[in-house]
Amino acid sequence: MALRFEVSLLHLADITEEGVTFQSPVDGKPMLLTPEESIHIQNNIGADIIMALDDVVKTTITGPRIEEAMYRTLRWIDRCIAAHKKPDVQNLFGIVQGGLDPVLRYAIGGLSGGEDKESFWRVVAQCTAGLPDNKPRYVMGVGYPLDIVVCSALGADMYDCVYPTRTARFGTALVPEGVLKLKQNAMATDERPIDPTCSCMLSRDLHMSIVEGRFPEFVRRFLRTQFPKGDVPKWVCNAMEVAGIDISECCTSNKCLVPSTEVQPLYVPVDVKGGVPN
Amino acid sequence: MRFAVTKVCGGGGKARAGALHVGGIGVETPALLLSTRKGLPAFVSCDLLASLPLPDSLLLHICPTHFIEGPPSKTISNIGGLHHMLGLPNHILVAAAGDSIESLPSSDATNKFGASFETPSGRRLVKPTDYVELISCMKPNLWASLADEVPAWSSEKRNKISVDRTLRWLDECIALNKASGMNTLGVVVGGSSIEQRKLCATEVSKRNVSGFWIGGFGLGENTEERCSLLNAVTDCLPSDKLRLVSRLGLPEEVLEGVAAGVDLFDSTYIYQLTMGGFALVFPVDTVERGMQNGVFESSSGDSTKINLRATVYRKDTSRLVDTCSCFTCQNHTRAYLNHLLNVHEMLAQILLEIHNTHHYLRFFHSIRKAIKDGEFDIFRQQFIESRRAHIATAVL
Repeated sequence: MALRFEVSLLHLADITEEGVTFQSPVDGKPMLLTPEESIHIQNNIGADIIMALDDVVKTTITGPRIEEAMYRTLRWIDRCIAAHKKPDVQNLFGIVQGGLDPVLRYAIGGLSGGEDKESFWRVVAQCTAGLPDNKPRYVMGVGYPLDIVVCSALGADMYDCVYPTRTARFGTALVPEGVLKLKQNAMATDERPIDPTCSCMLSRDLHMSIVEGRFPEFVRRFLRTQFPKGDVPKWVCNAMEVAGIDISECCTSNKCLVPSTEVQPLYVPVDVKGGVPN
Repeated sequence: MRFAVTKVCGGGGKARAGALHVGGIGVETPALLLSTRKGLPAFVSCDLLASLPLPDSLLLHICPTHFIEGPPSKTISNIGGLHHMLGLPNHILVAAAGDSIESLPSSDATNKFGASFETPSGRRLVKPTDYVELISCMKPNLWASLADEVPAWSSEKRNKISVDRTLRWLDECIALNKASGMNTLGVVVGGSSIEQRKLCATEVSKRNVSGFWIGGFGLGENTEERCSLLNAVTDCLPSDKLRLVSRLGLPEEVLEGVAAGVDLFDSTYIYQLTMGGFALVFPVDTVERGMQNGVFESSSGDSTKINLRATVYRKDTSRLVDTCSCFTCQNHTRAYLNHLLNVHEMLAQILLEIHNTHHYLRFFHSIRKAIKDGEFDIFRQQFIESRRAHIATAVL
């Protein structure tokens, strides 16, 4: 079980070096959440995986705030590590911020809203290239099935998203081909099951395809089912090229024919002391 | 379908235990029909339905008027009937039109063409031909004919019309559905007139039906009146056939019905409790009553139920009911339910519906046991007295 604080969603968040001051959703009074307090609360709740408190910035902003957020997040992760009382049973995940500026990026927070897909996949790719191989990479707030396939191809391992629950509330079913809007009139007399193959759409199939060494074929099959006309979005094609997966047979539309020279070279992240992390 | 009375309570009492066999499944009576919305319980999903006590939880009350807006009866028929559409091949579906929540009989609008109901999508008139067509597409195990139910305060003239109309519709329903005539429940109405009730009961008994649905109760009538009316009806019905009564849900009402010789009960009591955030806690048998020992100190409910929204449960880490083996009591605390209700999580209703259904089915089980042990009258008397004692204590 994993737990994290969605500070970005709370009203009137005021961020200082001490912590985050926000309006309590219960009684409206101001509340201060420090890195130490966030860890203590998570220690009490007892989740298996807990998150550090990060200084969240919108990925679309620019300027010195991004750098400030990045460094503060690093100081806060150190405070979280110090405050963690149960390191042997609860696993602490660090979150790294830094907007979309490739210089500052380390890891994979703050990507679930607002940014365009081309920026999105590049940031994920840079992070997975720069983070240690032997620790799980958790892309918070992602996402649509297509996003999950692309991020998995780029080396991400864990995801969370409200999408399935929220879309179910609106009467939409997720199927291999995309979505089914069950409230529509045409569905009233449709006697077919929602999905005749009826296995979990991604996790089990995706995992097994990697384990059994046939992930590229999984990706191709996935894209063929979702885009039967071959109109795979350009950002997916770009991402898959970087990920080293050949999806040329899925792309028959002009939209996704991208000459290699158009793909920007990736910036290899450098750590704060100037060295290249392994 | 087979029904047989297995034991009648001695001493002149009319309470009886019975055995109902439908489609290879046997259940004992008196029994509860779980209320549904469009065929399924309001919150408990199909997979969780299987964790409720068996075979008691196989009995479901289906309200045909829930399906007026859709799906179309032809679609239901193409899928193979309600059992297939709902994914409940082994359940016993009993169809009777009208319930207290989503399908209230609207006696003012009922006319010679059909019965009117207040539904969430407005007032709907249901004609006998349409009704029988829907029933034959749904293919329930048992179904009641269409009735003109009137409340207790209807005029004598209106009441008489309702009796004539209901009998006429019964004959029409039987004629239209000759193939499954053996699964029909004839409806007995008659409002608050003993004479009309007896007349209707006698007439319905002459038809070739498998049992009887006693309608027209639970519409706001006087409780004392109801007792004598109910007994007047059951006195005129053949003792070897099934009797179902709707909208009598409170424990005392159920006991009254059982004492009058009723076998099946359907009501929305569990649904209403669940929606209100209540959990049933009353002791279900004499053993438990002894344990509770007349001491019940709670400002947030009464001896029947507790209101989980009350702040007194915020840190209460005890179970809903200590002796209950339902999923909710085995896995969760009152504090958790209080929290779920506070944050408006759907899980609250699911857990409450599981517990309340479980608890109420245990109550019915105790009733059956008391009848089989020949002690129903004592059981009923003690139950009512213990509740009065709690009320007296609360007043003092």
